[in-house]
Amino acid sequence: MTRITAWRRHPLARYAVLILALALVGMVYAAFVQVSKPADAALASGKVDDVAKGKSLFDAHCSSCHGLNAEGTSTGPTLIGVGAASVDFQMSTGRMPAGQPGAQVPSKPLPQWVDEEAIKNIGAYVQSLGGGPQVPGHEQVDAKLGDAGKGGELFRANCIQCHNWAGAGGALTQGKYAPNLNNASPTQIYEAMVTGPQAMPVFNDSTITPEEKRNMIAYITQVREQKDPGGFGLGRIGPVTEGLVAWIVGIFALVLAAIWITAKKRQKS
Amino acid sequence: MSDLNEVPPGIAGPANALDARLGGANFFKRNLRKVFPDHWSFLLGEIALYSFIILLLTGTFLTFWFKPSMGEIEYAGSYAPLQGVMMSEAYASSLEISFDVRGGLLMRQMHHWAALLFVAGMMVHMLRVFFTGAYRKPREINWIIGVLLLTLALAEGLTGYSLPDDLLSGAGLRITEGVAISLPLVGTYVTFFLFGGEYPGTDVVSRFYSLHILLIPGILLALISAHMVLMWVQKHTQMPGKGRNNENVVGAPFYPAFMAKAGAYFLFTLGVVAGLATFTQINPIWLFGPYTPADISAGSQPDWYMGFLEGALRIMPAWEWNLFGTSHMGTLPLSVIIPALAPLGLIMTGLALYPFLERWITGDHREHHIAERPRNNPHRTAIGMSAITFYGVFWLLGANDELSAFFHINLNMTTYVGRVLVFVAPVLAYAITYRICLGLQRSDAAILHHGVESGVIKRLPHGEFIEVHTPPAEDIEAHIRGKEAVLTLPVAEDPAGIPPKGMRGPLGKLRAKMSKTYGGEKIPLDGDHAHDEEHAAVTSGEDKSLTH
Repeated sequence: MTRITAWRRHPLARYAVLILALALVGMVYAAFVQVSKPADAALASGKVDDVAKGKSLFDAHCSSCHGLNAEGTSTGPTLIGVGAASVDFQMSTGRMPAGQPGAQVPSKPLPQWVDEEAIKNIGAYVQSLGGGPQVPGHEQVDAKLGDAGKGGELFRANCIQCHNWAGAGGALTQGKYAPNLNNASPTQIYEAMVTGPQAMPVFNDSTITPEEKRNMIAYITQVREQKDPGGFGLGRIGPVTEGLVAWIVGIFALVLAAIWITAKKRQKS
Repeated sequence: MSDLNEVPPGIAGPANALDARLGGANFFKRNLRKVFPDHWSFLLGEIALYSFIILLLTGTFLTFWFKPSMGEIEYAGSYAPLQGVMMSEAYASSLEISFDVRGGLLMRQMHHWAALLFVAGMMVHMLRVFFTGAYRKPREINWIIGVLLLTLALAEGLTGYSLPDDLLSGAGLRITEGVAISLPLVGTYVTFFLFGGEYPGTDVVSRFYSLHILLIPGILLALISAHMVLMWVQKHTQMPGKGRNNENVVGAPFYPAFMAKAGAYFLFTLGVVAGLATFTQINPIWLFGPYTPADISAGSQPDWYMGFLEGALRIMPAWEWNLFGTSHMGTLPLSVIIPALAPLGLIMTGLALYPFLERWITGDHREHHIAERPRNNPHRTAIGMSAITFYGVFWLLGANDELSAFFHINLNMTTYVGRVLVFVAPVLAYAITYRICLGLQRSDAAILHHGVESGVIKRLPHGEFIEVHTPPAEDIEAHIRGKEAVLTLPVAEDPAGIPPKGMRGPLGKLRAKMSKTYGGEKIPLDGDHAHDEEHAAVTSGEDKSLTH
């Protein structure tokens, strides 16, 4: 029995081999990960400033809930992999930074420090953490290039069960709600579809292609810009406001008329 | 001036010629002077009548262009966001009426607003009749005709708003199918019969069209005519007042006074409908899109008169019985059957039976031509308010998603609260209304007894200030004194301790007990007032002079 054979049969040999194998796999993995690390890619492409600025803004304004490394805490989800599109949607609509915890974070006026630059920086930082959907380009959300008719069919099949036929919004369970779409910009609508904020499901590019998303944006913007042909639109929420008007305006006016007519009595001569 | 009293020959000639052939002069002579009592609430039924006329006219206009077909075509009309979309001919022709027919949108909107006012008018009219006891003998049959009219109006509305075949109406149609198919044993047969096969099929629009423009309006027209003729023959009830009694009718003659008022009221109704249709958008079918069974929208509600059914469906717990523990033996979906049938059945049956139940309890077989003021029959008024509350809670909950979205209320909370309210609120409404009625009766008694406040403050020699009361005006006093105690059954036991016939079994005892509670004089108008003397001086002649 040679010395080597003796080592091979040593009781600890199997553990040593296991550790070596693990170390090897780990080193190879680390090497690959090093190569594709987005932060380095950002460094290489000169975006390092955005990422660095974003990181400092993030530390100051976001990390208390989302964690110092965006890993998430008990009060906020992880942001690794959500992408710049998510940051742009949440921050440009004023949902983030959030005010108070509740069933759903409402849209609100932007705080002073939140401007296009800040959103872009934080977006770049979050994008650098683990990729994710990017902010769509101008052409991707250009309503003029979309087909409203086709978009309308997709809109009716996928969106209106929560957002209502005219995008007027509606209630969801347990205090959550689908917001009105009238104030959302085409970019925000696109971003909401690819990121699925809050209660909304994600409509990724294989479910609904970018072109179809543009068609839907065309339908939404065309319908919301349309002047109601039938007069005052009553909030475009359908029979509830119509019934209210029928009673409060219609029946009330006719009752007044009845009182007026019967109040006229023939003068006693 | 004498020539003014003579009929000009240009009118007398043709009139005589017509009379010789048709013999209408006698009829008009009898009926043109028919007297109608005057009260604003007596005009409420006319809202429904005139809305119906507007519905017939605008509806006829719509039939000129509407195509009741579910054949699929590609839309090529002028509404851009739907161009190139596949849809039924019914929907496409509704869009054509809205956008490509001159005046079409106005007519469509007038038709829809008039429909909402038609049912609303019926309902306020019905409430007026109920709360004044105007359904009592001899008018029970007319009351039942009214209940039938209301039921038919709901069916007419349902078939009507399903016709455009838009996404919103399709949601209503889907619920209709759900209700039909949930019926035990016959459900599937009824559904296949109604839709001509699997839902939605290709027949339902044309079938609803026949019902909506021919059958139901025909029956409605016949029943409305019967309703009017009966009213004419039985004469209208009148409010209690000076010189009014059960044998006379005080008011203005049909020609010219009442005819002018009724004509003016038609124009008012037309004005309100046309005004609403001009300035307020209703049922914007182009926003809803064409119906496909796969799509459903948030905020899908029926027109208001179906809202209480929607609410019942929304707050119903998801109860379901699988017979013998397996769905193979059949399923009884209580979560659909109960909300679809119970509230509607309860309200409509209750309405139809109320005159007879009341007569059974009060034993009142007399004719009544004087309307009762709601306060003077507190239990009836309380029952009515209780029913309104029951209906109202369902109605409100039919819009619970809009309430939730608009007022930021938790949607689930509205359901839970609604489930409790629908049982608790009617009881509360009953108790509160009953108390208010008694309070108003007391205030009537006080007015008769102490007079009304004159606004004149008098200082007595010892420094006390009092307000001078004056007796009420003659017509107000007569109005108050029109009160009549609600009859009760003779329930007194004979000397041997045996209750009268018909009051002996458990049902009879219940009847006697209800009669005692329901009827009788709760607050006598001329009851004894302990503090009479106190005010005697105040209302005496010398003080009254102060008011002049």
